[in-house]
Amino acid sequence: MGMTISEKILAAHAGKERVEPGEIVMVDVDVNLANELSAALAIDEFLKIKGADRIVRPEQAIFVPDHFTPAKDISTAKLVQRVRQFALDQRARWFEVGRAGIEHCVLPQHGIVGPGQVIIGGDSHTTTYGALGAFSTGVGSTDVAVAWAIGQTWLRVPPTVKVTYHGTLRPWVKGKDLILYTIGQMTVDGATYMAMEFHGETLRELPMAGRFTMANMSIEAGAKNGIFHVDDVTREYLASVGHTAYTEYWSDPDAEYVAEVDIDAGAIEPQIALPSLPENSRPVSEVGDISIDQVVIGTCTNGWIEDMREAAQVLQGHRVSSHVRCIIVPGSQEVQREMVREGLMQIFMDAECIVSTSTCGPCIGGHMGVLGEHERCVSTTNRNFVGRMGARSAEIFLANPAVAAASAIAGHIAGPEEIVSRDLVPV
Amino acid sequence: MGRAWKLHDHVNTDEIIPGRYNVTTDRASLAEHCLCEVRPDFPTGVRPGDVIVGGRNFGCGSSREHAPLAIQACGVAAIVAPSFARIFYRNAVNVGLVVLTCPDAGRISEGDELEVDPQAGTIVNRTNGETYRTNPLPPFVAQIAEAGGILEYVRRYGWESTV
Repeated sequence: MGMTISEKILAAHAGKERVEPGEIVMVDVDVNLANELSAALAIDEFLKIKGADRIVRPEQAIFVPDHFTPAKDISTAKLVQRVRQFALDQRARWFEVGRAGIEHCVLPQHGIVGPGQVIIGGDSHTTTYGALGAFSTGVGSTDVAVAWAIGQTWLRVPPTVKVTYHGTLRPWVKGKDLILYTIGQMTVDGATYMAMEFHGETLRELPMAGRFTMANMSIEAGAKNGIFHVDDVTREYLASVGHTAYTEYWSDPDAEYVAEVDIDAGAIEPQIALPSLPENSRPVSEVGDISIDQVVIGTCTNGWIEDMREAAQVLQGHRVSSHVRCIIVPGSQEVQREMVREGLMQIFMDAECIVSTSTCGPCIGGHMGVLGEHERCVSTTNRNFVGRMGARSAEIFLANPAVAAASAIAGHIAGPEEIVSRDLVPV
Repeated sequence: MGRAWKLHDHVNTDEIIPGRYNVTTDRASLAEHCLCEVRPDFPTGVRPGDVIVGGRNFGCGSSREHAPLAIQACGVAAIVAPSFARIFYRNAVNVGLVVLTCPDAGRISEGDELEVDPQAGTIVNRTNGETYRTNPLPPFVAQIAEAGGILEYVRRYGWESTV
């Protein structure tokens, strides 16, 4: 019996010929990520470990302050100060504001993550790097601390569900729509403990941005990791960020899958996930007239330059509805620089959006766009849980950047075709 | 013996401890806001030994370890649910919070008096006289749980013994 890509990567990192689903293995960790929140707790735990005063592989320990930075208040500032001092003392990699952004955009763009790696991170959306053919999963702070101390972590080998996409995507349908639709089919715990392995001819045409979005949200189906195979799109991206040394792994033709899901991607319309679970996805055209107060475009799920171009294409020549706040959150400093270079910044300003620094702020109800009572928000983020972005009575609708931009202009939930000419060919 | 605090399906980590309260590692402050919006009566009403009885997919969402720590700091003896989200479950085991998968959790009502025995894998409901079985943990995970968390496990057995 063959092995899946996830099993092969775990076996290679456990020093074994093969591993079986359900088996618990101790694996070498290639990259160990923490943000300021997970790092703060991890430092407490690290200091309790007997004999552990140094991170064993400091070059693999990455610190990205992004949830509440630049600091929103004094307690946040204190927390970040402590984490920064620890990272610097340990000679780990600290990404200061101005050179960084949101962790899941920063790591790929700096060539830190790549195919065949085992990556853990103190953030559930660490699954993002599976888009590059890595085994990448979110863990808690204690696991981060243990991996700082010994360079390893224990993992239960997940069974794999194979998800295959057929057909050609319709206009305005992106990675976000594929994953929202898939979660709608599989439910929010349909892939719990599993690896989600993405296949199909549809994905060959999907740019890295869309793949990152899909892997990012595989956790929203409960998955341990989401993973793509490397192809020319991946290789070209890796070359562009200077990640040159890597191993490509491939699932064997006779690999065993716990389930297989086939999706007719050509039939999917732009999706929107209604409150308050990502599984509540349906075609935007079916939701009816729902007025909104805020739109968030960007963050780790849809903060890539491709996402910004899609939003700009819809917003160009329009103005955001007079009663809607439209907040653009580029995924990183790198993305924001490119936005300026391509003139997208001007489009957003002219459309009367505001452009924020790269931060998780609004997505976690932290700062930079917290929702008040009974407010409604269309957001390109990954979770529409009750209270996620602010008040408990606020409602969050998840969508792709073009749908979010169209909704900002309309003042109610709207698809891009409601706003832009049908002659316009989407980017 | 503790009282059951009954919660819904898909209780997420934002509900357990909203993101805005995660700017501290102080356990007592985390406890003050634990489940504050879902059950405003919880932070002040919970008593040591009480049991949280969740629905399906308990603890879904973020990887924040603040969530099991907040519950632990409230003195909760155990969380019982028909299923748990992966990261929350792992974090709970790592920090030494008892989490028990119990297919019959739905039979427990708010306020029921429960006696939880993690070693025996049983929950006795003193209010209605029923007894429920909990699913056994994989042996390695059971050892971590028994030690009271991953750090204590390693202190006892060393790194070499892991797996």
